[in-house]
Amino acid sequence: MDLYVKDGKIVEKVNERKAKVIDASGMIVMPGGVDIHSHIAGSAVNFGRLLRPEDHFKDVEAKTPLTRSGVGYSVPSTFTTGYRYARMGYTTVMNPAMAPLEARHTHEELDDTPMLDKATYPLLGDWWFVLEYLRDGMIEECARHVAWMINATKGYAIKLVNPGGLEAWGSGRNVRNIDDPVPHFNITPREIIRCLCKVNQILHMPHTIHVHTNNLGKPGNYLTALETMKCVENLSKGDRPIIHITHCQFSAFKGSDWRTMESGAEEIAKYVNGHSHVTLDMGQVVFTDTTTMTADGPFQYILHQLSGNKWVNHDVETETSSGIVPFRYRRKSYVHATQWSIGLELALLIEDPWKIFLTTDHPNAAPFTTYPKIISWLMSRNARKKAMEKISRRARRKSLLPSIEREYSFYEIAIATRAGTAKCLGLRQKGHLGVGADADIAIYNLNPKEVDPSKKYMAVRRAFGKSAYTIKDGEIVAKDGEIVKSVNGRTFWVDVKLSSASEEVASDMKRRFREYWTVEYENYPVPEGYLTRSAPLSVKAEV
Amino acid sequence: MEAKCITPNDFAGKTINEIAKLPIWEGNKERTLGELFKIEGETNVAPEEFSIQIFGDLSRVRGVGSKMSVGKIIVEGNAGMHLGEGMKGGAILVKGDVDSWAGSMMEAGTIEIMRNVGDYVGAPYRGSTMGMKGGTIVVHGNAGYEVGCFMRGGLIKIHGNVGQFVGVHMRDGTILVEGDSEGRAGAGMLEGKIILCGYVPSILPTFTIESLRPNVKVNEERVAGPFYRFVGDLADGGDGKLFVLQVKNPHLNFYEKYL
Repeated sequence: MDLYVKDGKIVEKVNERKAKVIDASGMIVMPGGVDIHSHIAGSAVNFGRLLRPEDHFKDVEAKTPLTRSGVGYSVPSTFTTGYRYARMGYTTVMNPAMAPLEARHTHEELDDTPMLDKATYPLLGDWWFVLEYLRDGMIEECARHVAWMINATKGYAIKLVNPGGLEAWGSGRNVRNIDDPVPHFNITPREIIRCLCKVNQILHMPHTIHVHTNNLGKPGNYLTALETMKCVENLSKGDRPIIHITHCQFSAFKGSDWRTMESGAEEIAKYVNGHSHVTLDMGQVVFTDTTTMTADGPFQYILHQLSGNKWVNHDVETETSSGIVPFRYRRKSYVHATQWSIGLELALLIEDPWKIFLTTDHPNAAPFTTYPKIISWLMSRNARKKAMEKISRRARRKSLLPSIEREYSFYEIAIATRAGTAKCLGLRQKGHLGVGADADIAIYNLNPKEVDPSKKYMAVRRAFGKSAYTIKDGEIVAKDGEIVKSVNGRTFWVDVKLSSASEEVASDMKRRFREYWTVEYENYPVPEGYLTRSAPLSVKAEV
Repeated sequence: MEAKCITPNDFAGKTINEIAKLPIWEGNKERTLGELFKIEGETNVAPEEFSIQIFGDLSRVRGVGSKMSVGKIIVEGNAGMHLGEGMKGGAILVKGDVDSWAGSMMEAGTIEIMRNVGDYVGAPYRGSTMGMKGGTIVVHGNAGYEVGCFMRGGLIKIHGNVGQFVGVHMRDGTILVEGDSEGRAGAGMLEGKIILCGYVPSILPTFTIESLRPNVKVNEERVAGPFYRFVGDLADGGDGKLFVLQVKNPHLNFYEKYL
């Protein structure tokens, strides 16, 4: 089966006499990787870089004639990030959290991330305007406002992190469950999640709401994850997903404290197997020294207290919060080893590969350069067994992995790392190799007819770590793990077209900005010209 | 200049010509060892017996003895920063002064400095918490600030004086100071032993007096006291031990009423 590429797209046929031919016989050809959740840009990421000179020192990439220099193992500099993804055959990466106030900074970093198409999700779950509209029951006005926010921040999807909890953190508090009211606004996380889920549907956004649940990282939180998925069940129309629970591993703990903590993956998998309105991504832990960074200020503070590590914490005015703490996951720690097991259990127990995707919530559970390792764990029971030999004995005894025989096939890996994520994101030209798709192609040096991934998992790891070819928009950009051409990708954002314009929203907002923000309303939106390669997706809203 | 290749490990088994071609950095320019040094001697020696003697003022040469694990280096003069960084064995002797970060992240071996040393003896790279793990550093002169920062094991012995924050963030190991110190000893300490045999202006308020000891053990020897024995840093939940020589610090005798 041959693929034809012309002008950056996959086409029916080309003039073969004039074409460059790549002989990919005996190799695996997949669409370029699409990462649905990876922290690669923005002020929290940059604080991670500032916080950790020792992370730079141990991982240095010198300048070459084609590539810029860079540093960083768990939080690489922007250029290095782009090159490393390209070497693994990834061509699209979504930055999953952006404080709207910091949108310009985020886009500047994304623009300086070569090789990839990218997009970013503005944090709206604790955004004062949303909380007020919700409190006053004004869902349509909320939807119009969110449309303005998506445009102003050049965002791609509505992100919620510990909804309500971040606003509570501004007063030094948190929310305890999805029915715990947010101070001052007196609305609950349940109402925030449902409201934004409805708004997402009204605006016809290409992706669903993207949710980091309340109580993340707390033993017993699998119940919160289930409640979160259940609370929007009745908003579902048909079979399409309406909510995405991100890095679900961190929200799948059973137990009541760190001693009794154990895996809740089975219950979550059971629910997901029986429902079609949710998608998840793994948030897989790998045993290494990495950096945690999330908008979940209260949780990050707890992580500092647990680990004793240096820490950064923010309250972003009226918008959100954040926290950065270096963290090392250890094999011999019962809790860390259980977390490691949970991510894999989720991926292996959820039957439909279109419902759960491969991520590490980079860099929170591990740097993205560990994806090949995780692929080998998914594809090989032997690889999992070998990894389990060195982990905490108690975690090994309690893990479900020894009883799970399932091994992902190459097709399932393709779904978990590109086809499934692209579909979930509503990126129609990504994640497949059909005619009309963007010519983002990854060729891996592995012959599925000769190599049994279950036995030869080291070969799988090597192949996915260094693509034989990475092709971006029809150009060969990486070959055998080396960058051969530096290119700049597009920045996707959603251009929401409202049915009726509203002037009132603007004047009310101007007044509020003057009263509560450090930035004037006129300076707040990111103009389209700010993005080097702006690629809006047009949608028509119902308001 | 950065010359991390000046180690018995890198020299053993090579000819003089090969050693002269070893790459070093002068600022951001790549140079070779032979361009900066005149090299002569017997190189057909086993690594364990290999001895490098360096003549000259190497105060601007960084990284001498980096990661070495065998053999001996003798610097007949001063040496620059990061002396013996990550050392795993062997011995370094410097007859003159040494700049900062001597013995940074050392794992084993010995460093002896005949005159003064800069700041951050045994300390890790900026931002890291993995300081010196083992080995012995002896300084005959004075040392600067933050001696033994994030130390995790081994012994640092300063015959002269030390600056502020000796033993800051210490995780384990022993620091013995025969001269005076400038205060804030043991800040952020969790475990380990700091012994101050000279003048100490004050003790951090998060250290508590625990006892008066007649002497204190440093590896095999016993250092004669009496010493005030403090425990801290309580602000970090630490259980480190700070010994302060009673006779040199009469202004601290008010602590005795808490015994």
